[in-house]
Amino acid sequence: MLRFIGLRLLQSIPVMLVIITGTFFMQRFVPGGPFTAERAVTPEVQRNLAAYYHLDDPLWKQYTDYLWDLCPKAFHPSALENGPDLKAAFGIDFRPSFKYPNRTVNEIIADKLPVSIELGAYSLAFALVFGVSLGVFAAVRRNSWIDYICSSAAMTGICVPTFVMGPLLVLAFAIHLHVFNASGWYGPIDRVLPCLTLGSVYAAYIARLTRGGLLEILSQDFIRTARAKGASEARVIFRHALRGGLLPVVSFLGPATAGILTGSFVIETIFQIPGLGREFVNSAFNRDYTLVLGTVILYAALIVIMNLVVDIIQVCLNPKLKFE
Amino acid sequence: MPEPEAQVRVGSAPPEALDEGHSLWSDAWRRLRRNRLAFFGGCVLAVLAVLCAFGPIFSQSYREIHLDLGATPPSSAHWLGTDDLGRDLFSRILFGGRISIMVGLVATFVALVIGVTYGAIAGFVGGKTDALMMRIVDILYALPFTIFVILLMVFFGRNIFLLFFAIGAVEWLTMARIVRGQVLSVKRMEFIEAARTLGLGRRRIIFRHIIPNVLGPVIVYTTLTIPAVMLLEAFLSFLGLGVQAPMSSWGVLIKDGADKMEEFWWLLVFPGGIFSLTLFSLNFLGDGLRDALDVRAAKD
Repeated sequence: MLRFIGLRLLQSIPVMLVIITGTFFMQRFVPGGPFTAERAVTPEVQRNLAAYYHLDDPLWKQYTDYLWDLCPKAFHPSALENGPDLKAAFGIDFRPSFKYPNRTVNEIIADKLPVSIELGAYSLAFALVFGVSLGVFAAVRRNSWIDYICSSAAMTGICVPTFVMGPLLVLAFAIHLHVFNASGWYGPIDRVLPCLTLGSVYAAYIARLTRGGLLEILSQDFIRTARAKGASEARVIFRHALRGGLLPVVSFLGPATAGILTGSFVIETIFQIPGLGREFVNSAFNRDYTLVLGTVILYAALIVIMNLVVDIIQVCLNPKLKFE
Repeated sequence: MPEPEAQVRVGSAPPEALDEGHSLWSDAWRRLRRNRLAFFGGCVLAVLAVLCAFGPIFSQSYREIHLDLGATPPSSAHWLGTDDLGRDLFSRILFGGRISIMVGLVATFVALVIGVTYGAIAGFVGGKTDALMMRIVDILYALPFTIFVILLMVFFGRNIFLLFFAIGAVEWLTMARIVRGQVLSVKRMEFIEAARTLGLGRRRIIFRHIIPNVLGPVIVYTTLTIPAVMLLEAFLSFLGLGVQAPMSSWGVLIKDGADKMEEFWWLLVFPGGIFSLTLFSLNFLGDGLRDALDVRAAKD
């Protein structure tokens, strides 16, 4: 298993390199730069700014410099000025931001990422708990009215997009019923509507996948054997069927994480949440080169890691699979 | 393993179906008509498409600004109310629908062309080429594509042709996988062997026997790609990255409505409702087609 993880991480290096290279050059080959929107500045100031951020270097040098800085300092110890320091040695330096004076991209990420992680984690947890329960109910009571209600609820979740559902929930529960705040991210109660909105789509997909997976398992011989041996229905479902029935859900977790990451851009806009998603979209508009690169690298790394975790869980759950 | 639903369907097939010959397509059509939800979805889509295509020709009121009128709730003169510039919301929805549906169709077509070509080449050629091509698809799957589309739209301006291409370039991956898998499995089937034994030419085998058998999954998955594409377009428009101001799409209208919903609820509820209804119909139709054409490969 360790070999599998190592191999996968090794494979992800070229993938990350493609992402970094693509983003880096895409930003540079378009008109406009981080300082074009600024009030008119004298040519000297512009030159100084460009020199300070090394924008006057040739592009390939900026690129290799960026990659060199990105590499943890442990691999090029000469960059460690203040003696050995674990955090500096193994941390990744995303450089200062272009648009926020005196702040590094690392600081901005440290500031905003926890909010986005919290939003994403609660949403995913809600989606899993709610989706799996709906799916199990629907599968156990197949073709009954419970099944139809669960299945239509799932279809609704899939077809009402988050950017319709979110404002509608705000309209109903915040503006008319005054149960929640319409926006903001202060108390625990402010977590409810955003996470509900973001999680609903994935809850819906998970419910459908659980139902389908469970139905397929329930028709198999070993389930009949378990029933014949007198196992209770609950034991059959939870102990025997769910393990295999949840496999499609587990393989869906990779795409779901990616979707929740990008979905948070919209949710953070709707509910005015100070997370990294909104920051990313703004940074793209602002041409904040380093901040865009930093967030893209972070998101890509998160997705790669999540896919790896999903693959490991899959092998653990499914005895037919092996670590290749 | 046999799927329980498939078994039930075979068992309950009416005996007279065996009397006369039925092609795959007439069978599928019969099954689709019997699926009420799918049929309903198809009808809704047809009505919406006709309204969006021809509605704006007869009424130009989506452009007429009546500042003195302002935003009015739904009434007999303006069925779905007016926005704060006094424009008729119903006309605006129809006009926005043109863009949304067009994006859905064109971007899906782009994805279809790329995906089918790529998957078919991988499936036909097979061997090492196939392994390499599919490895590339696996890697591309892991990329955060939506993020790239956002960056593309920000950097290169909100050009609608770029939008088609960017969304199409994102959505072709699954199509390529499905087509490749289907081509591989059909290629090895006995009736292809039989056709070859009968002395049929390569071209005839491809066009007469392989393509019709790959078509089913492609049609099903295309129907399911259209809502995904429309969703992505609306998502981008909601972030202010999709269709630009003189044009509008359902995503733009929803964004407008969400900004003004505190005073004018109808600006959010109706565009959002119509958009969701369209997604519902497309998904029901896609599911119905999947059952009708008995496609199981589309699961992954």
